[in-house]
Amino acid sequence: MIQIEQIRKSFGKLEVLRGLDLTINPHEITAVLGPNGAGKTTLIKSLLGLVKPDSGVITINGKRINGDASYRSGIGYMPQNARYPDNLTVQEIIDMVRDVRGNPEDTDEELFHAFNLKTELGKKFKTLSGGNRQKVSAVLAFLFRPPVVFLDEPSAGLDPVSSSCLKDKIAREREAGKTIILTSHIMSEIQELADKVVYILDGVIHFEMTVNELLETTGERTLERAIARKMKGAA
Amino acid sequence: MKTNTLKLIKYQLRDVMRSRWVLFYLAFFILITDALFRFGGSGDRVILSLMNVVLLVIPLVSIMLGTMYVYNSREYTELMLSQPVKRGEMFSALFAGLMLPLSATVAVGIALPFIWNGVLFTHLAALGYLIGTAIILTTIFSALAFMIALLTEDKTKGLGLAVVMWLFFAVIYDGLILVVIYMFSDYPLQQPVLIMSMLNPLDLARIALLIEFEASTLMGFTGALFQRFLGSTGGLLTIAGVLLMWIALPLSWGARRFVTKDF
Repeated sequence: MIQIEQIRKSFGKLEVLRGLDLTINPHEITAVLGPNGAGKTTLIKSLLGLVKPDSGVITINGKRINGDASYRSGIGYMPQNARYPDNLTVQEIIDMVRDVRGNPEDTDEELFHAFNLKTELGKKFKTLSGGNRQKVSAVLAFLFRPPVVFLDEPSAGLDPVSSSCLKDKIAREREAGKTIILTSHIMSEIQELADKVVYILDGVIHFEMTVNELLETTGERTLERAIARKMKGAA
Repeated sequence: MKTNTLKLIKYQLRDVMRSRWVLFYLAFFILITDALFRFGGSGDRVILSLMNVVLLVIPLVSIMLGTMYVYNSREYTELMLSQPVKRGEMFSALFAGLMLPLSATVAVGIALPFIWNGVLFTHLAALGYLIGTAIILTTIFSALAFMIALLTEDKTKGLGLAVVMWLFFAVIYDGLILVVIYMFSDYPLQQPVLIMSMLNPLDLARIALLIEFEASTLMGFTGALFQRFLGSTGGLLTIAGVLLMWIALPLSWGARRFVTKDF
């Protein structure tokens, strides 16, 4: 379980998070939504320790984040756009991450095979296409069987086949009991995958509902319409 | 717990050694050194000419490439920090990943022509001294590059600042000293000038090289002062100490900033 209590973060004069409270249930897929610049990425980066909140407490499975690095071995992260050193091959990049994770024996190579990345192993990172970079990054997010996975716009830049491969994987991992946090601009994808939707506006949680609740209370059929209606009602 | 640093350095070195700028930099030193042999002849004169190349080129290349390197490594840094890697470990790995290849390139690029011109062993001490100074300069200006890149997120601003800093140390500073000497020529200036040149790592490196190579005619005012006030050995020890400060101060500032900043 991930608990976020009253976190605040400003960048200069810009207040991005303004006392945000959120509890993320284990074994669920939570979608974090919100307009551009609402603080989604800042929230995820705070959970990873990349951004240090000005105040507030974050605990992951009962352990408070305080600058220690070891808790991150339980987290897999797929960023919006990943860039590894240009002249390393895909194989070397995978080896590097494996090394800093202490070379665990039991790894999850399902996505690697599903994406057919074997032919890319010897290629340098700078020669990879945007889609293949995303695939490498997705493989790394799941490779070490972390109980918690953060996916920031996972299907951006992926072809339809790979994108559905990834969606299947996310759904399977949820069944296996993983805690997954997802951001995406594709509402159909979220409707398909997520259990719960968390909507951030102006640095606080604007609403927090399960996908079903959201559809029922608004009487809409698609998540996109439901959110649009809800936001209109609020304004 | 520093093992993560070593693991990361291993991969970063592979990355850098395959990049084109390392090859250019290596080729540059080989060509210059070899050309000096062809035109100038003896090993002593080559070393003296190389000194000026080292003092001019190394700070410029180290600070420019270094600043660019830190900016270009931003996403990679972010990714590794989302792994179980401590910030301190990542900082050390990044710095070593810049400073080690740059230093190795300079050392090899200068030493190779000495080997094939058959004068390596006759000039081993002087050559070692020159390469040592080159490595210290590389380290100082890499550290300054890290400081600049961590000071501002704006790449254009950072690169501009790097150029200005190099210009300041390489050109403007000497002009300032001259102005001071000219304006206050009625006063005893030895000590203020001595202190002023301590504040410029490039001046210090130049003086250290000149004292060692006993090229006192080229030494200028500050160099002569150092020798007179501190003697050769005392002068060199003082210079070495201050140069170490020039590595330690920007680096520790950079490390502190790296540990506390947001990515």
